[in-house]
Parts: sequence; C-alpha cells; structure tokens
Amino acid sequence: MSAPRLAIDALSAISLRDGGKPILRRVSLSVGRGEVHGLVGESGAGKSTIAKAVLGIIPAQVKVTSGAIGFEGRNLLSLSAKELRAVLGRDIALVPQDPATALNPSRRIDAQMTDGLRLKRGLSAREARVRAAALLEEVQIRDPERVLMSYPHQLSGGMRQRVLIAAAFGLEPKLVIADEPTTALDVTVQKQILRLIRALQERHGTSVLFVSHDLGVVAKVCDRLTVLYMGKVMEQGATAEVLAAPRHPYTRALLAANPRYDRPDTGLEPTPPEVVAALRAEIAAFDASAVEPRHG
Amino acid sequence: MEHWAPASAPATADIGPPPLSVVSRLVRDPKVVGASGFVLVLIVLAVAASLIAPKDPLAQNLLLADVPPAGFSGAEPGYLIGTDGLGRDVLSRVIFGTRVSLTVAFVAAGLACLIGSLLGLLAGYLGGWIDTLISRLVDIWMAFPPVLLSILLVAVLGAGLHSVITAIVVIDWTRFCRVIRTETMGQAQMDYVVAARTIGFARPAILFREIFPNVVPVLIALLTLEMGIAVVVEAILSFVGLSVSSDTPTWGGMIAEGRQLVHEAWWVLAAPLAALFATVVAFNQLGDGLARSLDPVLRR
Repeated sequence: MSAPRLAIDALSAISLRDGGKPILRRVSLSVGRGEVHGLVGESGAGKSTIAKAVLGIIPAQVKVTSGAIGFEGRNLLSLSAKELRAVLGRDIALVPQDPATALNPSRRIDAQMTDGLRLKRGLSAREARVRAAALLEEVQIRDPERVLMSYPHQLSGGMRQRVLIAAAFGLEPKLVIADEPTTALDVTVQKQILRLIRALQERHGTSVLFVSHDLGVVAKVCDRLTVLYMGKVMEQGATAEVLAAPRHPYTRALLAANPRYDRPDTGLEPTPPEVVAALRAEIAAFDASAVEPRHG
Repeated sequence: MEHWAPASAPATADIGPPPLSVVSRLVRDPKVVGASGFVLVLIVLAVAASLIAPKDPLAQNLLLADVPPAGFSGAEPGYLIGTDGLGRDVLSRVIFGTRVSLTVAFVAAGLACLIGSLLGLLAGYLGGWIDTLISRLVDIWMAFPPVLLSILLVAVLGAGLHSVITAIVVIDWTRFCRVIRTETMGQAQMDYVVAARTIGFARPAILFREIFPNVVPVLIALLTLEMGIAVVVEAILSFVGLSVSSDTPTWGGMIAEGRQLVHEAWWVLAAPLAALFATVVAFNQLGDGLARSLDPVLRR
C-alpha cells in the first residue's frame, strides 16, 4: 500500500486554561488513500481537537506540544498560515457538524456553493453555477435549481447537510474531515447521509476522517477506526475486527453502551466503574512514563 | 459492513412553497404597511407643505385668536383645528412642522447609524486594541446624561437645525456602535465565517458578504427606532427654544406655546402632541415590522 494520505504522528496537546491538562496524549493514526477512518470517543476525548488541528483552527486555549500532522508529505503544523490556506478547501475539506449554523442564513445556496469553487478551483461565476447544480444532483437533490435559489432556512436539516456534503466533495479534495456529520439529524435522515458520504467517497477515491461519538454510525461507514479516551488511543484497527473482537475494555464498554432495538433494556448503563478506574490508572501510568521520551 | 440499500432514493425537495421575496413579505405585514403608509403621508406633507396647508402658517390674525377646532362652539370655517394665541392656523403649522421633524429624523438618525455601525463593525470584527479603544470610548460617552449633553452641545454650537442634527448624531452613534459590535462578534463566531476565513477569503470580503447582511435587520430596526428618538429630541430642543428659529413652525415649539394657554386653547397643545406621538409610534412599529420581515432566520 502506498503512503497514507493523512499521518498523524504522536500528536500531543494541552489545555492552557486548565493548568496544562493534557488533551491529546501522543495520538498517532493514519488515513490511507480512499479510506474512511473513524475517530470514536465520548465527549471530551479529543476527537474534535484532532479534526481542528488538521484544519488549523485550534482554539486559543489549546496548545499543541509535540507531534506532526503529515499530509501529502508535508507537516501541516509547520506550514505558514498562507500555505495552510492554500491547502484547505482545495485538498482538505470539511463536512461540519451542524448544518443549521454552517450556512449563512442571509445568502442563497448558489452564492455559498460557488464561493469555494471560484476561489479554490478558479472557475468563472457561470461555470461555478453549473458545477454547483451538477454537484447537487450528485447528492440526489431532485430539483437543484430550486435549492440553489433557496435560503438555508427554506431547506430541511437533511437537505442542508446534503448541500454541505456537495460543497465539500465538489472541491475535489483529497481528504474530507467529517465532524459528526449526522449528529444533528434525524435517525432516518442519518442513514441516507451516511450512505451518501460513502458513495461519494468511493466514487472520487477521497479519504475521509470520520469523527463520531456513535460506534453504530462508525460501524456503517468506516473501513478502520481509532478509539480515543481522554486523548489517548485505546484501540485501532479494521472496523470489522475491532467490533467483532474488541481487545480493549473501553471499546467493549463503548459497544455495550450502544442501545439496541433487540435488547431495549440493556446497554443504557454508564461505563462500569471498574473499567473507568482501570482506564484512569492506564492514563496515569502513561502520563508518568511520557515524561521520558519514549520510542517504539 | 452494513447492508447498503442499492441506489438510494432521491431526496425529496421538501422545501415548501416557492420562497416569498422580501418585498412581498413586507406587503403582507399590516404593521409595516400601516406604519410605512403613515410615514409616507408625513413625507408628502413635508415636501408639499406649501401646497397642502390651507393657510400660511405664519400669518397672524389677532381678531381670530384662540379659535376652537371645527365642531366646537365659536369655530370659524377654514380653521379645521383652530388657531393659536396669535390667530395662526394650527393645522397649517402642524403640517409645516413635519419638515423639521422629518429632516431631523432622517438626517440625524442616518448619520448616527452610519458612524455608529461602521465603528461597531470594525470593533466587533477586528477585536484587539481597536475594539478596546472603541468600546471604552462608547462607555465614557454613555456616562454623560444625554439630554444635558445635547442642550450643552446646542448651546455651544448655537441654535439651529445643523446644531440639533449634530447633537443627536454625536450623542446617539453609541447606540448603534454597541449593538452592532455585539452582533458582529456573534456573527464572527459562526461556522460559515470561520470557514470563509479558513479557506482564505479576504477580511473585507468576509465582513461585507458573510457578516454585514446578517446585521442589517437589527440595523434597520435600530435606525427606525432612532428616527423616533430623533423626532422627540428635536421636539425637546424646540421646546426649550434651542432648535430652529421661532419663525419656523416646529412641533416642539408649538407644544411650548400651547403649554401656556392650555386652559384657554387646549388644541394648540394637543395637535402637535398628537402628531409627535403618532410619528414616534409609526417609526417604532415600522422598525419592529421591518426587523421581523428582514430577519432571514425568522422568515417562514
């Protein structure tokens, strides 16, 4: 297999607000060409920090202390703001979490979709408009012209997310960061959107870093996955293998926490206390050993 | 992997009836229609006062002083709402009074809006020391009692329309600045603004394309409210004799004159007061209705 498209290497970050509390603990993961890689964990596990680090929009109170984000042979963390802007939107695109706030309420869809195409692909206004209509058709929107002429509030949440997916993939990026793209949607719409992301990704050979807290969702779209807890990688591997035989107790706890239709009364328990205790001990041991530079 | 249904069903374009244009939405709002109709009438009265007013607003006739409005005993034909202590036609004076009131409303509120919102946009979007500077300036500015400040200003600048307008602009730009700054800061946090910045659109483009349109509804509401305020401030300054010279009829000046003979001729006070009241209500209603219709998030 060729070199991975995105290679995050021992990325560590701390919070400047909480007295240097670690947020990411030497996280390494790689996303291959044409691979959908799931990044799973509960809230606060550091999933979003990783996504934001790739996009260069790390909040001011977070500081990356070490590590690298390799993309196409370059370390994104060492690029200048200008170099990074050239990469973003062109080679890396984002499908955001909340379609309600990702679109500007006072601009029509056509204006918002053509922006990126004109800036990043150098299309003329007319070419961009035609391309935008074609892109909407590709995400199975039946009446692209009408959607293009609409304002975001005139579209349903699922439609808006389709528009955003079309806009992201329309830039023909090499990597798409999907940050909880279905969390704000109805369950019925979720499934269509997941299917759509997978179909577009396969058609264009795009790599996707799929951030989610929902193992069920990740199981449906991801080839491989990384399980994160308190900023530390707990388990990594092919989705089918990890889900069939989770090696780490935390992954097992996560899986057990997934509500199931066939067992409605089980699985709604919080992570068992002995698992949490073991996790905390593991994190503490890791932090203690991480004082010395580690190899391996 | 999960069972992927073959070729997913096309998404139904569940986007409801064709979107109403802003104009057709405005036309359907009774508040906007009523209030803008009233303001339009005021504008016509102000522009064509000399054609519409039945009498010369300055012509005195001491033989016909304190004539009551039509329908009261002692009313004179041709003087619909009576005359004042010098026998001048109250209706004509109220009509001519719209000139000063509307000039002040549009010019003063417009300038205050321009200056205040420009500074507010800059402070909210650029942040840093520019924001600190502008915000502290607004804080200090707002610590002055406005009526006192305006009287002081007009006293220094000398009475007259220019001074009244200047005083209102100098005092009220802070209203716009403060609100627009907050709105802009909220907008700057939105995902679409962050995205535009991340992929490298220029700052002015982001400010005017992504942020400004979302601030406009608030801006228009504020502007119309400010017009109402400006009309009142002008009336106050006229009342204390610091506005235009007394040979130009103004509502505030008429209220001041009417106050002295309220027991003999109440209509001299009531007519300009009613005009002032209706005008302020109309501006407020218009602002409210416009804000509602122009706000894209509230559009349904």
